[in-house]
Amino acid sequence: MASVNRKVLPGFSLTLGYTIFYLSLLVLLPITACFVKAGSLSFAEFWGAVWTERARAAYLLTFGASFAAAVINVLLGSLIAWVLVRYSFPGKRLIDSLVDIPLALPTAVGGLVYASLYVESGWLGRYLVPLGIQAAYSRLGIVLVLVFVGLPFVVRTVQPVLEDFDPEAEEASSSLGATRWQTFHAVILPALYPALITGFALAFARSIGEYGSVVFVSGNMPYKTEIAPILIVARLEEFAYGEATAIAVVLLIISFSMLLLVNALESWSRRYAR
Amino acid sequence: MKSLVPALVLFVFGLAACNKGDSAPSGGTAAAGSAAPASAPKELELLNVSYDPTRELWKDLNQKFIAKYQAETGTTLTIKQSHGGSSTQARAVIDGLEADVVTLATVIDTEAIAKKGLINAGWMERLPNRSLPYFSTIVFVVRKGNPKGVKDWPDLIKPGIQVITPNPKTSGNGYLSFFSAWGSVITRGGARDDAIKYVTALYKQVPVLDSGARGATTTFVQKKIGDVHLAWENEAHLEVKEAKGDLDLVYPSVSIRAEPHVAVVDGNVDRKGTRAAAEAYLKYTYTDEAQEVIASHFYRPQNEAILKKHAADFPEIKLFPITDIAKDFPDAHKQFIAEGGVFDTIYKPKQ
Repeated sequence: MASVNRKVLPGFSLTLGYTIFYLSLLVLLPITACFVKAGSLSFAEFWGAVWTERARAAYLLTFGASFAAAVINVLLGSLIAWVLVRYSFPGKRLIDSLVDIPLALPTAVGGLVYASLYVESGWLGRYLVPLGIQAAYSRLGIVLVLVFVGLPFVVRTVQPVLEDFDPEAEEASSSLGATRWQTFHAVILPALYPALITGFALAFARSIGEYGSVVFVSGNMPYKTEIAPILIVARLEEFAYGEATAIAVVLLIISFSMLLLVNALESWSRRYAR
Repeated sequence: MKSLVPALVLFVFGLAACNKGDSAPSGGTAAAGSAAPASAPKELELLNVSYDPTRELWKDLNQKFIAKYQAETGTTLTIKQSHGGSSTQARAVIDGLEADVVTLATVIDTEAIAKKGLINAGWMERLPNRSLPYFSTIVFVVRKGNPKGVKDWPDLIKPGIQVITPNPKTSGNGYLSFFSAWGSVITRGGARDDAIKYVTALYKQVPVLDSGARGATTTFVQKKIGDVHLAWENEAHLEVKEAKGDLDLVYPSVSIRAEPHVAVVDGNVDRKGTRAAAEAYLKYTYTDEAQEVIASHFYRPQNEAILKKHAADFPEIKLFPITDIAKDFPDAHKQFIAEGGVFDTIYKPKQ
């Protein structure tokens, strides 16, 4: 297998070398350092650090809220992408650039603003809190900011696919007598699946690592609104580097396996789309 | 297969570099004995690594000290300041931030640096008053006119009172509040069980655990959440001043004696040749001039006479030492705050 020569481009070994060099420097090296540091613990210490009742509650919240936010983003983000691609209206460019704001804004600012909007004295909170909707310092608040930070990823992956989508396919579909709904779910949606799944994965991954905005809006109550990155910071405060890295390693492993799963799903859907 | 060789080489190189990085913190100990040259240099730069709220204090002190040092030695100093969460700052120094002096919130953080060999043993006795140019405490800030009538620690656990204080796990203000609360029971003759009962009740009344002191201030002042804010005394003064009448200061009958030590980072100053200036800098903080500046920023100066002069800003309350509730600060942190400590049991859901 290894000796099969299928070089299409010259300089393959050089480019691969560079790729791996940069990947090592930017990604693999820090991750390896993480594993090495966590490896300085005995298995009992490692397990004691990463599998407490409180840590489990935090993982569940981190992954649950990230998942919920990514699902909302897929629905909301593709709608926005659709509107931006298919319609022209005054101010479209402005709205198009607004989508990228969550990338540019320090997320801590996002978290602070969301919290002040939804507290009882805030602009939205003064109407919502009397209705019993507590968006600040609650799990709902965490999902809200995660939707905020993840939004651009879905919009920006779906948008180009929609732009390239041939309107003739839709016309053909409707001229063959398909209803609008049939055209949507049998013609348009399958072409979008890979982009939607990629967008989902990016938004999901982004949310798992998010710290800055969440700490300001969640209230950080143990067992209730405490996300896993808070636990890492808490252990660092004790100068317990090993234990802190152990939690990071667990997050890494779970995220990585989830991303692998999503990638597999995406390549499967690509085949399915053809 | 051939094409994978450079990749493999790089990866192995990566691993090696990583191992080297791992052992770096212990490298800063050597270099002793390279005494400063006899003739004073023309220009020197010092880095003071401190905690969050001291930004304005050190800015004032630096300005005065730079002028004084230039007049005395002819050396023009540039003093850089770095501020952040106290233990985050300590970790930065451990990981190689070239601080000449550290002026952190508690001995826990200074000691963590000393343990890595960057500060020599016995550092606390090198400067007067156990290396404490000033001390401080935790006090209450309440809404205008104190509508809920909060006067002392027992009032905090009355029904309907919401307390704002940062997360003890991630903030110095946070754990000092916890120590104060614990001590308020112990110094009144309460037993450990009473103290556990009290802090459990207290933290049930805390609706938000912000990650740092400033976050908690924002929650209390801007978002108007809570009835009482447990804050550093100096922060409380500024908070009340800036609120222009919307907030009041309340002194409980007893609170913790918080001790932000200062220290020269031996490992760094010897390598950089800045020892003389760094030592003079910290000694300066004990002068009458510096002590006045310290008091004007609402930190309690160690100089008794100057403290008395500013008695209006520093009401006399019983400040209990950490030794009343634990062996020392690191021990208190371990017992109450660290993983498996008392704080962890408070939120544990009932089985």
